[in-house]
Amino acid sequence: MQLNFTWVCYNRKRLKTVKNSVKNKSNFIDVEKVRRDFPLLMNHYNGKPIAFLDNAATTQKPQVVLDKLNEFYTQYNANVHRAIYSIGEKATQEYEDARKKVANFINAPDPSTIVFTRGATEAINLVAYAWGRHNLSPGDEILITEMEHHSNIIPWQLAVKDTGATLRYIPLHLPVDGTLDLHSLEVNLTNRTKLVAIVHQSNVFGTINPVKKIIKAAQSVGALVLLDSAQSVPHSKVDVQALDCDFLVFSGHKMMGPSGVGVLYAKETLLNSMEPFMGGGEMISTVSMDYSTWNDIPWKFEAGTPNIAQAIGLGAAVDYLNELNMESIHAYEKELMNYASDMLKNMPRVTIYGNAPKRGAIIIFNVEGIHPHDLAQILDQDGIAVRAGHHCAQPIMERLNVAATTRASFYVYNTKDEIDRLGEGIEKAINLLC
Amino acid sequence: MYDIRELYQQLIIDHSKNPKNFTVLKDANRSAEGDNPLCGDKVTIYLKLEDDVIRDISFQGSGCAISKASTSIMTTRLKGKTVEEFQTFFNIFHQMVTTGKTDSIVLGKLAALSGVHQYPVRVKCATLAWHTVKNALEDGAKKIATTE
Ligand SMILES: Cc1ncc(COP(=O)(O)O)c(C=O)c1O
Repeated sequence: MQLNFTWVCYNRKRLKTVKNSVKNKSNFIDVEKVRRDFPLLMNHYNGKPIAFLDNAATTQKPQVVLDKLNEFYTQYNANVHRAIYSIGEKATQEYEDARKKVANFINAPDPSTIVFTRGATEAINLVAYAWGRHNLSPGDEILITEMEHHSNIIPWQLAVKDTGATLRYIPLHLPVDGTLDLHSLEVNLTNRTKLVAIVHQSNVFGTINPVKKIIKAAQSVGALVLLDSAQSVPHSKVDVQALDCDFLVFSGHKMMGPSGVGVLYAKETLLNSMEPFMGGGEMISTVSMDYSTWNDIPWKFEAGTPNIAQAIGLGAAVDYLNELNMESIHAYEKELMNYASDMLKNMPRVTIYGNAPKRGAIIIFNVEGIHPHDLAQILDQDGIAVRAGHHCAQPIMERLNVAATTRASFYVYNTKDEIDRLGEGIEKAINLLC
Repeated sequence: MYDIRELYQQLIIDHSKNPKNFTVLKDANRSAEGDNPLCGDKVTIYLKLEDDVIRDISFQGSGCAISKASTSIMTTRLKGKTVEEFQTFFNIFHQMVTTGKTDSIVLGKLAALSGVHQYPVRVKCATLAWHTVKNALEDGAKKIATTE
């Protein structure tokens, strides 16, 4: 009897596994295979396998990236650009190879246009200091949008405070649907506009903004354009030459790379004409007691010992993403997104915010009667990780007139089964709290 | 494994859905606003203070179940208490939500919030209203409380 019962349980479990693998099947990605590359996803939390649905915040790392970090530290850990011994040369070569990989990944014309930073935030600050402080004066305007992450708001607030320039915003379309009010572009874009700094893909709505159109418009008044591509580069093919943007930034940790490394791409002429950001070793060519000259780009902007291991790790992440193929990743995430939004749309009490025609795999919502923090807490109990709060975009929350929302954001290793678990978790929270 | 139902006890759910003293106190002589910018919780506390005794107390605002329930139960517990007693309650309550150590005789229904100590990020939710009362008592002026 006992045996029989165990057998039934076992078989039921097996059946569910079989059903899941059918449900999870996609023409674009072999997700079961992909998942096996991510050691963290194999772990259990609170007794449940983790469903990591907070990929807009950061992403998990495949074994090849972890191995690469280990390889660096165990085989050729040395400083770059200065050692005369072989492991130093190897470290330098790997570090510069990573730069080439990143350059190819976004189709930059030359590796020298790729500056390694600590992340997207530092990259924006670099531009705000090294370009902004030397090119802005009273009467000049910087145009950003109400959809920006705080990291693309605060550096410009600080820059206009120092330079007397003015900060203007392209508003969200009202009623809020997750898009920008692009009609206001005509009003706001004038020959006073020196820079348009805009999020490529929103970390809140997932909206993919029509940046090509915006860049064209900006160019027609002679303004430069900075794209915050922290959410787009990890999930789709981005081509800086096709876009013809002047600056583009992103973070390694959001694309399977280590934390502590990010990228600034800028046009070569701009990088050459810009003043340094930070001073120190590595960024100089000659130093005398009262006068120094700067190193060539990109090193002019990489003062001090750089994040060598992290940059090399990012190179490995780029290789991994290329192997999966960015188009396949994008197509698979679209499947996940459709699945998730169909599910949430049909759930009682659930309100989804934003439905831009072009969007990535990010969805924010609220459940009537349940505060996002309570929801996230209850989901966590079942191993489901989502984000609750203002998502570092308080101006958007103000427009939505909500204090907080819950966000689920997907990556190529997520499955439809995990989305089902999210749905079950929401139902559980409703039963518990409503 | 810690059961989520320990955190969301029926008493907490009841108070979060039907909070007590959830109103603007007409004859308040003290008030203060509290704000938890991280999660967007907001609370306004109204006090009627006479000779160091909290004659009446109410609140308004929005927040998660934990913060609402904590505020609601707190108001029921503080009515008629002296400022000194408030300080004692605050200390014992704070110790409970950070360490789990409970003095249920003093705290009464507030002891239902002891589960919070298992969830360090939620401590702020539970203590926001308390900090706000403290601010209201200290100088009475409208002042934004910040939590630790
Ligand atoms: C759109 C966007 N921009 C910028 C950032 C900042 O990235 P980091 O914190 O890695 O510098 C983020 C991260 O959340 C983001 O989503």
